[in-house]
Amino acid sequence: MAERRSPAAAFADRFATASKSGALTLAEIPFLRQINVRVDPESPAAADLGAALGVALPVSPGTAVRSGEVTVAWQGPDEWLVIGPEGYEAEPLRAALGDRHGSVVDVSAQRTTLLVGGPRAREVLAHGCAIDLHPSVFGPGAVAQTMLARAQVVLLPQQDGFLVLVRSSFAVYLAEWLLDAATEYVT
Amino acid sequence: MRRESGGRIDRTRTLRFRFDGRDYTGHPGDTLASALLANGVRQVATSVKLGRPRGIFAAGSEEPSALVQIEEPFPEPMLTATTVELYDGLVASGLPGQGRLATEPDPARYDATHAHCDVLVVGAGPAGLAAARAAARTGARVILADEQPEPGGHLLGTAEQVAGQPGTEWAAAVAAELAGLPEVTVLPRTTVFGHYDDNHLLAVERRTNHLGGAAPAHVARERVWRIRARRVVLATGAHERPIAFAGNDLPGVMLADAARTYVNRYGVLPGRRAVVFTTGDSAYAAAMDLVAAGVKVAAIVDVRPAPGAGWADRAREAGIEVLAGHVVTAAAGDGQVSSVLAGPHPETGAPAVGERSFDADLLLVSGGWNPVVHLFSQSGGTLRYDEALSTLVPGASRQAVEVVGAARGVFTLAGCLEDGATGGGAPAAAQAAGEPYWLVPSQDYRTHFVDLQRDVTVADVLRATGAGLRSVEHVKRYTTAGTAHDQGKTSGLLTTAVMAHALGVPVGELGATTFRAPYTPVSFAALAGRDRGALHDPVRVTALHEWHVAHGALFENVGQWKRPWYYPRPGEDMEAAVLRECRAAREGVAAMDASTLGKIDVVGPDAAELLDRLYTNMMSTLAVGAIRYGVMCRPDGMVVDDGTVIRLAEDHFLVTTTTGNAATVLDWMEEWLQTEWPWLRVHLTSVTDQWATVALVGPGSREVLAGLAPGLAVSAADFPFMTWRETEVAGMPARVCRISFSGELAYEINVTSWEGLALWEALMDSGAVTPYGTETMHVLRAEKGYPIVGQDTDGTVTPQDLGMSWVVSKKKADFIGKRSYARADTARADRKQLVGLLPEDPGRLLPEGTHLVELSSLPEPPVPMLGHVTSSYRSAALGRTFALALVSGGRARVGERLYAPVGDELVPVTVTSHVLYDPEGARRDG
Amino acid sequence: MLLIPCPWCGPRDEAEFHYGGQAHVAYPADPGALSDEEWARYLFFRDNPKGSFAERWSHSAGCRRWFNAVRDTATNEIHAVYRVGEPRPVTP
Repeated sequence: MAERRSPAAAFADRFATASKSGALTLAEIPFLRQINVRVDPESPAAADLGAALGVALPVSPGTAVRSGEVTVAWQGPDEWLVIGPEGYEAEPLRAALGDRHGSVVDVSAQRTTLLVGGPRAREVLAHGCAIDLHPSVFGPGAVAQTMLARAQVVLLPQQDGFLVLVRSSFAVYLAEWLLDAATEYVT
Repeated sequence: MRRESGGRIDRTRTLRFRFDGRDYTGHPGDTLASALLANGVRQVATSVKLGRPRGIFAAGSEEPSALVQIEEPFPEPMLTATTVELYDGLVASGLPGQGRLATEPDPARYDATHAHCDVLVVGAGPAGLAAARAAARTGARVILADEQPEPGGHLLGTAEQVAGQPGTEWAAAVAAELAGLPEVTVLPRTTVFGHYDDNHLLAVERRTNHLGGAAPAHVARERVWRIRARRVVLATGAHERPIAFAGNDLPGVMLADAARTYVNRYGVLPGRRAVVFTTGDSAYAAAMDLVAAGVKVAAIVDVRPAPGAGWADRAREAGIEVLAGHVVTAAAGDGQVSSVLAGPHPETGAPAVGERSFDADLLLVSGGWNPVVHLFSQSGGTLRYDEALSTLVPGASRQAVEVVGAARGVFTLAGCLEDGATGGGAPAAAQAAGEPYWLVPSQDYRTHFVDLQRDVTVADVLRATGAGLRSVEHVKRYTTAGTAHDQGKTSGLLTTAVMAHALGVPVGELGATTFRAPYTPVSFAALAGRDRGALHDPVRVTALHEWHVAHGALFENVGQWKRPWYYPRPGEDMEAAVLRECRAAREGVAAMDASTLGKIDVVGPDAAELLDRLYTNMMSTLAVGAIRYGVMCRPDGMVVDDGTVIRLAEDHFLVTTTTGNAATVLDWMEEWLQTEWPWLRVHLTSVTDQWATVALVGPGSREVLAGLAPGLAVSAADFPFMTWRETEVAGMPARVCRISFSGELAYEINVTSWEGLALWEALMDSGAVTPYGTETMHVLRAEKGYPIVGQDTDGTVTPQDLGMSWVVSKKKADFIGKRSYARADTARADRKQLVGLLPEDPGRLLPEGTHLVELSSLPEPPVPMLGHVTSSYRSAALGRTFALALVSGGRARVGERLYAPVGDELVPVTVTSHVLYDPEGARRDG
Repeated sequence: MLLIPCPWCGPRDEAEFHYGGQAHVAYPADPGALSDEEWARYLFFRDNPKGSFAERWSHSAGCRRWFNAVRDTATNEIHAVYRVGEPRPVTP
């Protein structure tokens, strides 16, 4: 396999430096498997996809469910993003869908994943994110597609912080923006 | 001068500052205004039009006259001395109405944040504190914002008691309780300046301004808060208003409550001997506080025939003469007040005669109180003129907004506390607020000022009404009253009242001018925040970007993308580099990063049907494994985008879009799919960033590809034009498409963006491949007459205009745009059509955008224009310059000579076909 | 900054949305059967009321779904949102 390079690879050192204060953790989690799934949630195919995933596709807007190491995040009324570890395969999902109407598209390289963790994570994101990030309304189990600064992102709140999924071509911009927004918290 | 003791200043510390070239001292807790008054400085500025001396008129953000410029530590224009907190090393100067912008960039950091709350309380006076505490005790998420550095509002300037303790201590205790709650945010030094739709409010927090040169560089100096509140409580207080009389702008004339604030809060005596001119009771409290602090109050001139009994008696006991039914006719003095003239209020409306003269260096004025309704009005709330209070009060709002305390005309401390605690639900109790009184009658109104900052007098307002103006909005524009940077906080209603007086109508009949954000001036730096420089707009880069940078590429902005423009070698200019890159592509082998092309995955049983409806040509007939070029148009028939359509499977396509249009095209496809044809079983997924794409171009490209993809049969027969193959290139899974945007034998190689750099490096390691940029790409495609959407088209161009009738299906029953090609307009023979142009001088490069005319000398205007140059380049292949142009009836003009006006010159050009290079297409198979 | 209630994602800032103009202007079933004037009316003519207006929006930075909204063009109040294909609800 040829050498791969993740979109924010050049930021590893600066992320590590910014994470030293303990106020904030910044890191790229590269090469996660991401699969875009489209299917009618009422259809037998949706049920079969759920069985293949080990968890039913969540039908409540803005929710994400977990099955082992895999997260299934609502993206639209007939659209989900499956996020798994690097070795997770899309093929069983394609097989579960079969030739019924729907789609299973590997979009692993479409977005990279940035971890924004630590006690000040919410404050850092609030500098550029207009949605309410308060844990009472946006805690683990939630997901939102929204804007962070001027980039579209998928936000997944974690027990400690957030996963920020950003399109690869915006990753450098967003990494620079995050480091800038972190200035007061890590200096 | 400074009192011996008292005030909320830290007398243990001394701050040095300089104003208008002279050195002074003050204390932490001072504003620049209080420190100037403490040092006996009376004149602070001169007025904008008349050059009259102006002093300190108020004690807060309503200040109309004490305009200053900060010179150090960083220049900042147009601040009011009353809102600048004093710090060590401050250097400032007074302004004649206009400031000076800094000439160097502001080194400070400014940022912004978003916040959400159940209740936003604006104002931390008694009503606001009570409201915030009531809300916080329910567990609600509360934000309390106040423009002052400490809570208390009006309590800071008085000696009043709350709950048996000094009001300021009560305020500090409430604020401390609030600050200790996890869901409460208390924001001092924060001005809520805009109240917009859906309870979106903007505030600016001044975080380090008060630290001057000691401010830490990494902390944002100012922060804009973008607050979304379920409910807003406006506890914005009230502004005291002035009265129009002769010389009411002289330094030494001051709002009564401001003088009270200077005495109590700052421990400053704003004068030694005062006269008070009032229409109500509140100025008596001010007078008593001044007396207690050692100011001699010579007289209280009360316009009411029967002043409030309790207050008048207390004043007289304190040795103050109370002149009931009297008015101040003039403040007089040379550069500042030295005497005050007063006389009986004439019942008849005749000019008042100032028969009494008092020596005084301070004239306190109280014309009543105006609730601060700015934010309420901005929110869409209506205002109502209250006859009893003689002022505008909040009416109805369509947003979740409550107004409490003085901001809705509740002017007692007890009333404000109750109002805040209960959310302003109760009707305001009737109050004896005082006598409505605005204007002291005179024969000469030239120094009766209504707007001190704009130098607008009663005479100016009378000139406006005399000219026939009847609307407050018209008078505002005619006189400029209320348009200065204080936005008429003290002058607005006074101007209206003077108009009403002149027109003989009730004040309430005239209404109010519209209140607009911002409530107080906000610096552009704060509004820009971090959205400047490199973070102003996202810079999108491909997976190969680092290589391009390392190899000296210059970049072109295409939408938000940075694309390599050309790769100059040492000593090369752009022209030399591009000619070299073009030659490599036409004669050898060259590669370009094409990753920025938009890519959309289209899957579903009706995918072909959707594409047939959206593209002008037929896509359903495309064989699996094949590729077709396609054009999308709007219903009006004009081109919106073009690209290729790849059929991956019977029900599965991948379409590409132009770089700048990727998001637009996806939105466009979703719009038709979701809103017009929801029954079509198709799913669309953006995969633009999933793939890195490299265009490998030139007669040598097949050999290079063969070397890297040993498993791929590359011959023209095995891998024909407009087909694709899955294979491995340099060990990476790849989709290779035989597509050409240059006319040469060419491939587009797609790998995941993770592997894009490795692919590119493998190509470069072959040693044969020249990297090329967008400029070369443009030249190569223009030589072939391939248009660029957005450069050679502008939303008024059909495929037929581009010479691409072949891409418009005659067989399909319908597609988006089809009906418009039957309109007379799209069939006109004189439509602008894409043609080639050859300047007669083969070295002459026409500027893009140059117009084209038929005549060899220009007639008198209007000159008939035939069209314009859309693309223009030097061609290595043609050995000359050439251009593409949109020309009226262009295809019928091939062979004609036209002229391109460039400067004073008419450059002769010959019209040609838009395909200038290899029109037979002989080169595409290598 | 309006707060627009996406029927799926709930209230979001206006900046996440793309405006789509007047709602309920259907693409003609058979454009070829229309006169030039009828076609021009479809292409170019839209209502521009002061007050309630049914219009299309797309939550382009969120779930990418198109929907309809009844907005008061004078006050910016959104009286209703509803899904594509549903009839315009009765609003003030």
